[in-house]
Amino acid sequence: MMNRAFFQAMGLGRGRCRGDGKGRRKGYRCHEACCKGRDDTNLNDIAPGEACTICRLHGRGSVRQRLLDLGFQPGREVKMVRNAPLHDPIELQLGDSFIVLRRREAAHIEVTHA
Amino acid sequence: MPEGAPWLVALAGQQNAGKSTLFNMLTGLQQHIANYPGVTVDKKSGSYPADGQRYEVVDLPGCYSLAAFSLEERVARAFLLEDRPDVVVNVIDATNLRRSLPLTFQLLEMGFKVVIALNMMDAAERRGLEIDIAHLERRLCVPVIPVVGRKGKGEAELRAAIAKAATTDHVTPATLNYGALEEDVARFQGKLAAEPALQDVSARWLSVKLLESDSEAEALLGTRLPNPHGILDEVYTARKTFEKRHGLSSGDHVSYCRDRHAAAIIEASITDTKAGQVPVSERIDRVLLNRFAAPIFLMATVWAIYQLSIVQGYELTKVTWPFLAGFRNFAAGILPDAGFLTDPQIRSLGLWIVDSINTLLNYVPIFLILFALIAILEDSGYMARIAFILDRILHRFGLHGQSTLPFILAGVFAGGCAVPGVMATKGIPDARARLATILTVPFMNCMAKIPLYTLLINIYFPETKGLMLFYLSTITVVVAMLVAKLLTSSVLRNEETAPFVMELPSYHLPTIPGVLRRSFDRTWLYIKKVGTVVVAIAVVIYVLLQFPGVPAARQVAYHAEAEAAIAQFYEALEGNPHRLAVEDPARLIDLINVQSAYRAARLNAGGKEAVQAMDADLAEAHPDFVPFVLRGRDADAKAANQALRTLTNQRTTLRREMRSDRIEASFLGHIGRGLEPVTQFADFDWKINIALLASFAARESAVSTLGVLFDQDDGENRSLEDRMGAQQSSEGRTAVSAVALMLFFALYPPCLATVIMVRVQTASTGWMMFSIIFPTLLGLTVASAVYSGATALGLTGLQTMSTVWFAALGLLLVVALPKPWLPDLLAGRSREPAQ
Repeated sequence: MMNRAFFQAMGLGRGRCRGDGKGRRKGYRCHEACCKGRDDTNLNDIAPGEACTICRLHGRGSVRQRLLDLGFQPGREVKMVRNAPLHDPIELQLGDSFIVLRRREAAHIEVTHA
Repeated sequence: MPEGAPWLVALAGQQNAGKSTLFNMLTGLQQHIANYPGVTVDKKSGSYPADGQRYEVVDLPGCYSLAAFSLEERVARAFLLEDRPDVVVNVIDATNLRRSLPLTFQLLEMGFKVVIALNMMDAAERRGLEIDIAHLERRLCVPVIPVVGRKGKGEAELRAAIAKAATTDHVTPATLNYGALEEDVARFQGKLAAEPALQDVSARWLSVKLLESDSEAEALLGTRLPNPHGILDEVYTARKTFEKRHGLSSGDHVSYCRDRHAAAIIEASITDTKAGQVPVSERIDRVLLNRFAAPIFLMATVWAIYQLSIVQGYELTKVTWPFLAGFRNFAAGILPDAGFLTDPQIRSLGLWIVDSINTLLNYVPIFLILFALIAILEDSGYMARIAFILDRILHRFGLHGQSTLPFILAGVFAGGCAVPGVMATKGIPDARARLATILTVPFMNCMAKIPLYTLLINIYFPETKGLMLFYLSTITVVVAMLVAKLLTSSVLRNEETAPFVMELPSYHLPTIPGVLRRSFDRTWLYIKKVGTVVVAIAVVIYVLLQFPGVPAARQVAYHAEAEAAIAQFYEALEGNPHRLAVEDPARLIDLINVQSAYRAARLNAGGKEAVQAMDADLAEAHPDFVPFVLRGRDADAKAANQALRTLTNQRTTLRREMRSDRIEASFLGHIGRGLEPVTQFADFDWKINIALLASFAARESAVSTLGVLFDQDDGENRSLEDRMGAQQSSEGRTAVSAVALMLFFALYPPCLATVIMVRVQTASTGWMMFSIIFPTLLGLTVASAVYSGATALGLTGLQTMSTVWFAALGLLLVVALPKPWLPDLLAGRSREPAQ
């Protein structure tokens, strides 16, 4: 497990991170009832045009802070708008704003299907 | 505050909220740009008068919040804490209130007198948002002024609100309640407020920051208090307790509370009349960002930029060049007159400097167009989309989606300039990608590299010009990507990186004043920063090329030849009535100078009338020189004209020979010869070494230095291509040598202006040195390897170039394509010792 975390940190992991819920740093649950049912999907698993609700954020430091500042707060609804022509990054709609994220950052956001 | 001292006003807000527009609206033309101490973040400040008071306005860097994570936010925060502005104008994008309010809450918590400028009200209206301003004011307890910065709407109201806020004593109390954390916040607020050393900092704000485990707040406590550990430990315990009880870190809770509070305020003050409708921008994006259409639109955009700025701009320089040439002639007229063989030092130096400045100014039309187009791309919102489309490719090489703009500016398609390219890296939020971009942008083919390519291609590859140019203009991009990958995985590995998280702004129609302003500002910055440097360096290179001068023995020989030529001239005029005009040798020098000034002016004159006017001027000023300078009718005048022509031709030849001797004997010449043992592997002789050294000051000079060094014999009027080709082939140089030279030139270090810009943008002399040394070594290695390899294999020039190109492309693909086996391989290797 150490290795996995290490290589992901080194940026050697595959772009598409599957949330298996193991070997991750501690995440925080949101207050909402929406997240009661455990269902390990992250933003990367959402198809274009679909909407979902944010359960929690993984990761720490500046990435996490930036995501929170942009409004990726537990409980909010996010719509996956489209992929870039080369599949990465992705465009999301959060309220009235359109935000672009790399898939590596999107993997930090755990969601449930709305 | 004493009467007369200016009020300090800070503009705070998020990146796309239109702070700069409001800043321009408030301060007009009275502004200047500096750097915040120790960092490369721009500090824009300006001022305006109102009612006998001055208002000093500072535009803070864009920030979403005041956390300690990003450089911009740290800078903004340090300014707020240390300079304590009297009024903070919080600029908010009216279409995006929910994300903007958390920053407002933090500003209020810090105890500032806040005025909210609710910008882009027109966009909000179009979007169908009805905003209840009065309700917002009531909820936030601060004045909220609706403005439309791009149209100057609401300006007077905003100024009035700032003036009113500056003079009131009342400081709005914070209104945000932190729910479950409120008890802790209040407890520490009380403790901090009791500390005499912390009186200038808002206790509530500091208390919240500490609970958010903000490193800078902890550091502040450390510097202010003799023993901060008591409070820090208590805060730590409080955080841990909260986390255990609520399953949520206190920092997340604070952020959550702000977001919820913002949502609550918005729910009560905004009515969305078009809820559920797809915004116009999104409709446009459905086409422009369509998976298949996006690359086509992108290519079309870049092509249009290239056509309009580089191709059309080049046409425009033909119109502006005569003005610069006129400037040179004007300077030539003012400076002391030229001698027959040698000129006064002050004249040569003056003209050398003027030439250097002209080379620089010649590109101004191109830059004006280029920067205007870039401003349109930025203001319209398409630039962010370009980053979105290309990030995947660029990120593979350690770069960033926003590296696109610098590369375009520096000349992806052969013809740009690295100086604005390096300047444009400012916007890249990822420090590692930014440095990698700065260091690879100079590999692009700037406009000044083109003349040497054309020269060599015309000599060695007359049949395959197009293909060679294609190879050269693409290989630089390939090399830049490879170098970026190499640097980011070696020397830059430990630099800070940032995630690619970016907002796609709505499309806006750019305004003409906005675009023009940006275009002029950036061009002016280029002229100012580069101009001073180029003049200084021009002087250094001049000294290196001029001294110690022509050896004494050669000098004597030249003087003898000159005297012979002059004697021949008088002999030819024997019995000619016009001879009287030049009986005195001093007059002869005058005549020669008048003639060369006339020739230079005539080259620059447009149309028949202008030439006639010049002739009339000449006849008036120097009636006795007319038969020599102008082609006369009678036999005597013809003879006089012919004699002068012969003399000036001889003079030109002598002077060119002397210049060649001088360069060979000069310091730079010695350096060029001294480098031969190293450069011989790439087949560069001392002449090419000198040209390459001189081109460090300005790339254009490579060709002109070569022009001097490959001088022509008497009376021959062959082009530089012919001369160089003949001389080079007699020395056994082949097309392979040319390929090595062109590759070296493609990888050659940035010119001095760029190097200075690298210094400015990285704020580090170390990186500046690196940007010189690394490309030199790389270029020399590649050139030597290619030359030695191709000679050993007996390849032709074209075969060599093709081989190099395909090899580079192959390497690029190996680096770029996904390597699913690599992580497994690495993981397997590192797991072994553990078992």
